[in-house]
Amino acid sequence: MKPNLENPAVETESSHARTIKIIGVGGAGVSLLDTLNSEEFAGASFIAVNTDGQSLAASAATVKIHLETKLLRGLGTGGDAERGQTIAEEQFSTLKTACAGADVILIIAGLGGGAGSGISPVLALAAKESGALVLAFVTLPFPCEGNRRQQQAQQSLEQLKAVADGVICLPNQKAFKLIDENTSVLDTFRITGGLLVEGVRGVWQLLTRPGLIQIHFDDLCALVRNRHSESSFAYVEASGAGRSREIVEKLLAHPLLDEGRALAESDAVLVSLMGGKDLTMAEVNRVMEQIGRHCEHAQIIMGAAVDMRMKDRLSVTVIAAKHDAKSSAAPAPTGGSDDHGEQTTPRGATARSGARCTTSSPAFNLEQREQMLAKHAGRPRKPASKMRQEPVSLAIVSKGRVDKSEPTVHKGEDLDIPTFVRRGVALN
Amino acid sequence: MFDDANIIVGLEIGTSKICAVVGEQNADGTLNIVGLGQSPARGMRKGEIVDAALAEECVRNAIVEAEQMADVEIRSVYLGVTGGHIRGFNNRGVHPVVSADREISEDDVQDVVKNAKAINLPAENTVVHAVRQHFLVDGHDGITNPVGMLGARLEVDMHVVHGNTNRLQNSVRLVKGLQLEVEEIVFNGLASSLALLTSEQKELGALVIDIGGGTTDYVVYYDGVIKHTGVLALGGDHVSNDLAYGLKVPLSRAEKLKLEHGSALVDESLKGQSISIVNELGLTLKTVNLEHLQRIMSLRLEEIFQIIATDLEQAGFTDYLRAGVFLCGGCARAPQIAKLAEPVLQLPVSLGQTNSISGLKSALDQPEFVTAIGLAKFGSLKTRKPKGRSWWPSLPLPWRAFTR
Repeated sequence: MKPNLENPAVETESSHARTIKIIGVGGAGVSLLDTLNSEEFAGASFIAVNTDGQSLAASAATVKIHLETKLLRGLGTGGDAERGQTIAEEQFSTLKTACAGADVILIIAGLGGGAGSGISPVLALAAKESGALVLAFVTLPFPCEGNRRQQQAQQSLEQLKAVADGVICLPNQKAFKLIDENTSVLDTFRITGGLLVEGVRGVWQLLTRPGLIQIHFDDLCALVRNRHSESSFAYVEASGAGRSREIVEKLLAHPLLDEGRALAESDAVLVSLMGGKDLTMAEVNRVMEQIGRHCEHAQIIMGAAVDMRMKDRLSVTVIAAKHDAKSSAAPAPTGGSDDHGEQTTPRGATARSGARCTTSSPAFNLEQREQMLAKHAGRPRKPASKMRQEPVSLAIVSKGRVDKSEPTVHKGEDLDIPTFVRRGVALN
Repeated sequence: MFDDANIIVGLEIGTSKICAVVGEQNADGTLNIVGLGQSPARGMRKGEIVDAALAEECVRNAIVEAEQMADVEIRSVYLGVTGGHIRGFNNRGVHPVVSADREISEDDVQDVVKNAKAINLPAENTVVHAVRQHFLVDGHDGITNPVGMLGARLEVDMHVVHGNTNRLQNSVRLVKGLQLEVEEIVFNGLASSLALLTSEQKELGALVIDIGGGTTDYVVYYDGVIKHTGVLALGGDHVSNDLAYGLKVPLSRAEKLKLEHGSALVDESLKGQSISIVNELGLTLKTVNLEHLQRIMSLRLEEIFQIIATDLEQAGFTDYLRAGVFLCGGCARAPQIAKLAEPVLQLPVSLGQTNSISGLKSALDQPEFVTAIGLAKFGSLKTRKPKGRSWWPSLPLPWRAFTR
């Protein structure tokens, strides 16, 4: 490949000349890499990065980077993102050499574990320093995978957002809408992986196919870069008569777009249509009109391309980017805000503990709570009752005859208390 | 000398008194009360035993008195049970008629009853009564005996009374500890209604309210069958309590005042009058305002009726009780209680009278003994038809094994 640096002034730059590297990081990333490593994505180089030697051995990637130290003994990070990060930082130069000479680097990782979460931010930094455009495609773990994974995934996501030009993340949770009672775990992970691959495919097509209406690569960069946010993306395909209508329906029902809500909430939407020779202007118009109706406030960038191989099919890739006002710019490794905008610190909050009772914080996980409790050991803590007033009982000292029996409660009233007292009848 | 085998004894372990009624089955099947024993109850609260030793002693006294009066040895009793934990509800069972000619047989009836009894009770509850109400053949309601009729689908409505097993067991074990056998346990409200209501009143629709010392039981009859039952853990004890608290007198004094001067409605002519409580030397200890006394009592009794009225409304029975309301139990003695209850329940209210029972007049007139008399009547109805009790409330098997 010609190492052709990006020249934005030249309009009709041949997209084939761009060097694209797809790097899969961590267990999930590496296995997804194999899915991508098909002739559809010919022309890109595939690099697999992991600490686990076994997964690398099974991968079909051309270049494999095994991050290793004496500590790990080839067994992987053990789910510890910090370890992954340390190792990656140690081998920073190796990563940088691997990224050299590319125009675009797509990082694919599954966040939550050790390698994916730990290595990808460092890798993104390395890629950035080598001068390429960095796009990260990541998945967030299922809530049932536990607090630790969630935490690590969130942290890693923050770091990635700070470094990469764009992060497209797919919470696995959204896949629940696509599965039913009987779907096996294997199939589910295949589905979530598949969704990510679709996203990659969409961006890939943007980058590599000649278009009738060209989307400039820079537009993509601008879209994703300035927003520092979670982008939603979707890739839908339809064929046959009425495909334009079908495509719009599918888009609006797509779980990754929150059934169209993501469109409504986004600031900028990039739509790329791809069809065969018979792609008509009317279809393009129809699709864009529908999409436009759903995101009236957004800036829409549209591109259309023709691929001779797509005879009857029409495919649309939508990337919706939202300006997330709550996310901070440069999160420090030990403290940061999560997506909900609440300030949570991984190492116990001291002054904040009193306010815990007012909100139920989803990011307030077991680990943090334990740390806080350890800090306040010995001090009796009853956060709930600080805010709640105890019900004041009527001043009955003894219930007389019925004192030692079970109180008769009727509709919340203790009927053992004399009626005239409960009704407030004054006797004078 | 009476034939011991012919006597039926009903034992009611109430909160304020324990009462044992000995009845004898006449040749024509009616019941004759031959003996009555009673004793003030100790160790009871709200219809349930809290001190078994005390309660046992009181039960023994009552039984002994009854034995003496009837000159007979009591070996087995029909035990009345109550308590705030007892609930009643209606359940329907369905059974398709399988025979080729679609004739409903006895077996079909047994099957459908079994289906109706298959209910989801909380684990700690057992069924006290499962009373058949009506059968429905192909959706046609009101059938009392479907055997011999033709139909495709047989259904039965049953009224189920259930209560906490442990608490029911407490009473049974207490009686067994006195070397007495418990023939069956009977819900007190059911017993009271058996004693008070004629078949005509059951057809028209009647409500029986038994306001005792610790609990108030109420039973609705309509179309000849039980439709609704309920228990409130409120009673005369609560009235005494209220008085003790409100008038600032000790409990025993409050009871006496309640019995002597109490009234369900505030008597207007008593405005400003008061009673002085004197000690043995004749010196006034305290004055008690009569109007206050009656007002406190009236409020409490009114509340009890209000709760019952709300429950009936929810169950949807207010328009069906053409024969009216019948009161029994110790609190029914309160002057003007019927007048208090009428506007609250919006039905004609009267004191219940036992019927079709002969014997001790003194016992039959008193509202406190209605339940015990009803228990004896229950026993007599049971023993009247030794086999084929198809129309009688059937006792589920577990209790059988339990009481024997």
